[in-house]
Amino acid sequence: MHHVESQIREPLILGKKTYHEITEDVCRPVEGKANKMWYMMFSLATLLALWGLGCICYTVGVGIGVWGLNKTVDWAWDITNFVWWVGIGHAGTLISAVLLLFRQRWRMAINRSAEAMTIFAVIMAALFPLLHMGRIWLAYWVLPLPNQFGSLWVNFNSPLLWDVFAISTYFSVSLVFWYIGLIPDFATIRDRAVKPLSKKVYSILSFGWSGSAKHWNRFEEVSLVLAGLATPLVFSVHSIVSMDFATSVIPGWHTTIFPPYFVAGAVFSGFAMVCTLMIVMRKVLHLEAYVTIKHIEYMNIIIMLTGSMVGVAYLSELFISWYSGVEYEGYAFMNRATGWYWWSYALMMTCNVVSPQLMWVKKWRRNIVLTFFMSIVVNIGMWFERFVIIVTSIHRDYVPSSWNLFHPTFVDIGLFLGTIGIFFVLFLLYSRVFPVLALNEVKTILRTTGESQLKQLQAGEHIDVNGNGSKNGH
Amino acid sequence: MSTVIYAMYDDDHVLLDGAKKVVSKGIHVTDVFSPFPVHGIDDVIGVRKTRLAICAFIYGLTGMSLALIGMRYFMIVDWPMNIGGKPNFSLLQNLPAFIPITFEFTVFCTAHGMAITYFLRNKTLPGMKAKNPDPRTTDDKFVMEIHVEESKEAELIALLKETGAIEINKKAA
Repeated sequence: MHHVESQIREPLILGKKTYHEITEDVCRPVEGKANKMWYMMFSLATLLALWGLGCICYTVGVGIGVWGLNKTVDWAWDITNFVWWVGIGHAGTLISAVLLLFRQRWRMAINRSAEAMTIFAVIMAALFPLLHMGRIWLAYWVLPLPNQFGSLWVNFNSPLLWDVFAISTYFSVSLVFWYIGLIPDFATIRDRAVKPLSKKVYSILSFGWSGSAKHWNRFEEVSLVLAGLATPLVFSVHSIVSMDFATSVIPGWHTTIFPPYFVAGAVFSGFAMVCTLMIVMRKVLHLEAYVTIKHIEYMNIIIMLTGSMVGVAYLSELFISWYSGVEYEGYAFMNRATGWYWWSYALMMTCNVVSPQLMWVKKWRRNIVLTFFMSIVVNIGMWFERFVIIVTSIHRDYVPSSWNLFHPTFVDIGLFLGTIGIFFVLFLLYSRVFPVLALNEVKTILRTTGESQLKQLQAGEHIDVNGNGSKNGH
Repeated sequence: MSTVIYAMYDDDHVLLDGAKKVVSKGIHVTDVFSPFPVHGIDDVIGVRKTRLAICAFIYGLTGMSLALIGMRYFMIVDWPMNIGGKPNFSLLQNLPAFIPITFEFTVFCTAHGMAITYFLRNKTLPGMKAKNPDPRTTDDKFVMEIHVEESKEAELIALLKETGAIEINKKAA
């Protein structure tokens, strides 16, 4: 007997799958042709992306005066979008790193796509601070490079510079972690490829991986250490993002609970985006046997938990603004809830605090249609959370004569929707050429979590992983 | 004259038991090719634990030192600036503000240093040729590679068949 799994656990791989069938199921989208649904989504995403690219060119060419920013509200949709996208990215690292350290087997079916989501989301996020610089061709000024100004260095005391280091480390480490996991799966596609071109391409992509014992030995060590590194990294990144606000002296921003509150919010919105993507993907690519209702239920539980944490954070900052007795703080929060932007505050509260509580009901958190709807509601709510924090805190300045509102221009809207378009273009392309499931990792859990294998285990039979029945019984 | 024997299995546990049996007869298993890590195989065929984690630790220390040395030079030595009254004359007093970047740069150097070492040690780089003996070993088959003297070949093949190998191929060494 090699390993015994608790028999009350629900299977994570449905039906009677074998190692070979897992390969077939995951390689099918890569080797086959795209269906009509894919082309429809791709066309829509391309249109949005083109609009976004147009707005990017316009912004770079003319300057950020084309945005709706004014003297009082000098940070608005750009930073909102930045924080929103970085937050979405967090779920990928959480699934692949934190759940690896906790040995959660259900991560296997979703980690690959969640990490892809992370990478594309961080690219979208990085775009906004770069554009906000105005002169994007001088973006290298954020690096500590010797220069002609008598070597005037960047300010290492500033959270904005910490962000430069945090985001670039996060992006590059996530990319390497993702790619190292992809190599064995690219090798599988390479060894199955029939067409010379795809053989060639996947040979290059798989770096000559041969799956020898020593390769796997090192692979597991690298995965573990990178997971160990990525775990504090993911917490540090959003903590640092929150310090962009928390280290300032603006009422509504100057809050010590920001780092944990932002991290919880990031995980919350990230898991919602994973749900949105995986629910569509399992259907379009026929992966229902691997991304099961149980997976969706697990994700909904995390959404409920982190949503509640976010709720506690909202209420404590509200309470502290009154309890502290600081007039400015108190006004900032009263104004959030009852001022001109009350509707965005109400939307944030409903989407982020009230709606995840529906997930207490087991039947609802196992309902795909409801989960899909909820995942979008959560992301709308999380976008408004950042909008509320940023715009409502600064639109009522210290001098009433400079009080102002923010009105987005078509460029603001185009940039936001455009990044959603670019994100989906990248993700849809990924789903056509990359193995969307960590197929070789999924094989390692087939014996202990496959539906038919679990039945064989309960019946005390030989566990069949290759479709040969009891031929190898011993 | 020696030959290389490739014994193919279709179940990781059968391969693991087979390898134990072969090794117990004093035969050295050169390598095992599998679509996923077969747990326990390393000890059986004598693959030593990788020292990549030690490398990672050294890269991490390097990154941490570089970050601290760099920030001390930029902010304290070369061009101290009074920014919001933050201490600009002592590394120790300014240290809290330097922790985030020290951490990030440590992670940056550890992760990338380790990844590069991993690729070099594995000899997996773009354009390298794969060495797995059969394309099916990245799908659902497991192959054991054994170098054997020609005189003992028949005996070994019989033993391998007994352990449940589904296919046996040989190649001149």
